[in-house]
Amino acid sequence: MGWLIDPFRYQFMQSGLLAAVLVGLTCALLGVYVVLRRMAFIGDALAHTTLPGLVVAYLNGWNLFFGAIAGGLLAALGIGWLSRREALREDTAIGILFTSLFALGILLMSTARSFRDLTHILFGDILGVTALDLMLIGSVTLLVIGLLLVFYKELELTSVDPTYAEVIGLRPDRIRYGLLFLLALTVVTGIQAVGVVLTNALLVIPAAAASLVTDRLPRMMGVAALIAVGSGVFGLYASYYFSVASGASIVLACAACFGAAWLVRLWRQRASVAR
Amino acid sequence: MTPLHFPYADHRSLAPSLNAPAIEARLESVAHPGSSSAALRHMHLRIPVGARVALVGPNGAGKSTLLKAIAGLLAVQKGDLRLYGWPVGDCHQRVAYLPQRSELDWRFPINVRRLVMTGRYVHLGWFKRPSPRDRAIVEATLERLGLMELAERQIGQLSGGQQQRALLARALAQQADLLLLDEPLNAVDNDTRFVITDLLNHLHQHGKTVLVATHDLGRLENEFDGAVYLCEGRVVQPPPGSFVGIALSLPEAAWAG
Repeated sequence: MGWLIDPFRYQFMQSGLLAAVLVGLTCALLGVYVVLRRMAFIGDALAHTTLPGLVVAYLNGWNLFFGAIAGGLLAALGIGWLSRREALREDTAIGILFTSLFALGILLMSTARSFRDLTHILFGDILGVTALDLMLIGSVTLLVIGLLLVFYKELELTSVDPTYAEVIGLRPDRIRYGLLFLLALTVVTGIQAVGVVLTNALLVIPAAAASLVTDRLPRMMGVAALIAVGSGVFGLYASYYFSVASGASIVLACAACFGAAWLVRLWRQRASVAR
Repeated sequence: MTPLHFPYADHRSLAPSLNAPAIEARLESVAHPGSSSAALRHMHLRIPVGARVALVGPNGAGKSTLLKAIAGLLAVQKGDLRLYGWPVGDCHQRVAYLPQRSELDWRFPINVRRLVMTGRYVHLGWFKRPSPRDRAIVEATLERLGLMELAERQIGQLSGGQQQRALLARALAQQADLLLLDEPLNAVDNDTRFVITDLLNHLHQHGKTVLVATHDLGRLENEFDGAVYLCEGRVVQPPPGSFVGIALSLPEAAWAG
């Protein structure tokens, strides 16, 4: 059993573990709404649009977290605003915003002396989190979980039946704005763990896997959180013992869980047909 | 700067104005968003409290549009629309609306009991959780609509008629005074049809006001107190020999002066 505890003699592994648990929890819980409300494309877009903010922060020596938050919140507002107007279809508007801002980020990256310095932005570096990063990730986790609990029934209702929500005076567009805001914050924590390119995987894959095995919302959130946290921890071990990229390991572990959930579903369907 | 207004579960307007009719509509123009032509024009109606009213007309006559405007889903560009003496949007608790084709996400992980409970949310408002009383109301409603055995089912696993009953149960759990039903008997099985007809009688006995859009001209006199005939967004004369019932159009003199 020594190999389980062994890596955590190191401070950076302890920080990494804490980060993996917090990030997994936040992404999975919010991810359930991302999947159920078909916002997967928006999550991906938000992650990519943080790139210019991240690069500007990096080039100026600021904390990357703040750069990403600024970029993410601006993008969330932009997406909310664009999808309110009827001039463009929502997915088209997002497609434009997402690719242009990502391109801007890459352009800025190419002005840096060493392109390689920035690979951890693209692909994540969970072993490189600082104490400040941890505090910020922890605050986002608390905020997201708190708001999901407090507004549980409003989020549920506006997701299942926005028309009825509007009839009773609950404004679905405002709830949507709030969700985009939380999504922007969550995406930023995901970037710490798996990077800009793979953050959406943490939002979508655990929640999608959970949706295959249960049709109760609270249970779905629990299963998704378990998968994401488990995958995060697995990714840490993988990168410690096999020196492979931690972000990619985390995402592949999530994907394996999704495969398992798919099999469980198939098996259940067989069983119910046989009965 | 005007403060953000969150009307959800605002209890200011629960007291009815004395003698106000359930619906008083003086609509000059109601249009769908993005459309330049009005879907409703010059529609002047007064629906008394407790009346069962049929909105009759062919597809595209404006029945759904009128119900949506009353439900607060469409803004009135020109004119005035009052429910129990209050502007639309000030008495959400009292109005329940059942759309013809629901935009509900039937795959969402929520069961029938929980869906019916969402009918109580307008009374709960922000931050409050359902009380034992809310639960009792939901259970009684499930019982009444014959949904008890389906209560734990995810909503997507119901048949079309059962889904319609579940939505009706939610409207009932809301304990609204005014029910707006858009073609509730369209495309449902006989069991559901029977349950709904029985329910309409029950609501009537309890003094509720019911507005039902229908294109079925038969048996109107048995089930309704009055009828409004719509065509191309206007109130029209009833076809010869058809059911009229109580007067519902506002007299011209009252609004012109």
